[in-house]
Amino acid sequence: MAAEQGKVDPMKQFQIEPIIGSNWSLADGFNIAFTNSALWMAITVALVWVFVAGGMKRELVPGRWQMAVETMTGFIDDMLAANIGKEGRKYVPYIFSLFMFILFGNLLGLMPIGLFGLHPFTFTSHFTITGVLALMSFSIVLIVGFWKHGFHFFSLFIPHGTPAPMIPLLFVIELFSFLIRPISLALRLFVAMMAGHVLLKILATFVIDSVNAGPVFGATIGPAALILMIAISALEILVAGIQAYVFALLSSLYINDAENLH
Amino acid sequence: MDMEAAKMIGAGLAAIGAGLAALGVGNVFAKFLEGALRNPGAADSQQGRLFIGFAAAELLGLLAFLVAVILVFVA
Repeated sequence: MAAEQGKVDPMKQFQIEPIIGSNWSLADGFNIAFTNSALWMAITVALVWVFVAGGMKRELVPGRWQMAVETMTGFIDDMLAANIGKEGRKYVPYIFSLFMFILFGNLLGLMPIGLFGLHPFTFTSHFTITGVLALMSFSIVLIVGFWKHGFHFFSLFIPHGTPAPMIPLLFVIELFSFLIRPISLALRLFVAMMAGHVLLKILATFVIDSVNAGPVFGATIGPAALILMIAISALEILVAGIQAYVFALLSSLYINDAENLH
Repeated sequence: MDMEAAKMIGAGLAAIGAGLAALGVGNVFAKFLEGALRNPGAADSQQGRLFIGFAAAELLGLLAFLVAVILVFVA
C-alpha cells in the first residue's frame, strides 16, 4: 500500500537506497551497490573500533575510557561465565562483538542527526541483517555441538527421564523448537526496532499535522504528542539496550546447549 | 466485504495481541519484583532468567505486530 500524496509515510525510513555503485552488478540482476544500510554498518563498526581501541591502553590504574570498555567486556564475560561456565570464555570475542554491533547500531539509529539534514538508518530493523546475525549464532551452535559431541548432540532433543513411548513425540517437538530459534532470535530484534521507529514517526506525524490543522489542534494535540514522543524516545533507548542484551543472552544460552548438552 | 477493508480490520484485530503481550511482559516484571523484594540477596543472580522470560513473552506480542504489518503491506 503506497502512501497517499502529501502524507508522511512511516515506512519510508526503512528504504534501502544505493549511495554509490547502483550499476555495479555481480551477475545479471544481482546488484552489489554500497547502500545506506552498508554505510551505517560501516559507521557502527568504526565507532565500536574507536570505542574499544580507546580503552586498550592496559594501564594499571584505568582511566574513565578504559573503565567504560572494561565494564562492557566484564559484563559479557560475567554473562558467559554464568550461562556456560569456564568453557564460555572462548566465546567472549564473538558475543562481545555481536552485543556491541547491535547496541551501537540500535543507538545510532536513534541519533537526532536528522536536525542536520542527515538520515540515520537503523540497519537492525531489517530482517536480512538480523537474520544473518542469528544464523551466525545458530551456525556456531551446530558446528560446536556436532564437533564436540558428534551424533550424541541429538540427545539435546530428548530431555532426561523421558518415558520411552514419549520419545518420538518429544523429539519432534524439541527439534522444531530448536530449528525455530534463529528465526525467533532474528524476528525479535528486527520487529522491536521497526515497531519503535514506526511509532516515533507516527507520533511525529501527529505533531506536524495537528499544527497544520489550526491553532486549536496545534495547542492541544501538538504539545501532548511531542511530550509523548520524547517519552517514547527514552523508552526506545531502553529497548535498544535490552534487545542487544537479549540477543547476546539468548545466543550464549544456545551456545551453552551445544557446549554442555543438558 | 471489500478486500482492502477486510485487511485493515484484520490488522486492527492483530493489534489486540500486542496488548495481551503487554499483560504478559508486565506479569514477568511484576513477579520478579515481588520475588526480589522478598529475597533481595538472590535478585541479582536471577536477572538473566528475568530477561529470558521477558524475551519469550515479548516475542509473541511482536508476532502480533508482524501479522498486522504483513496484512497491511504484503497481503
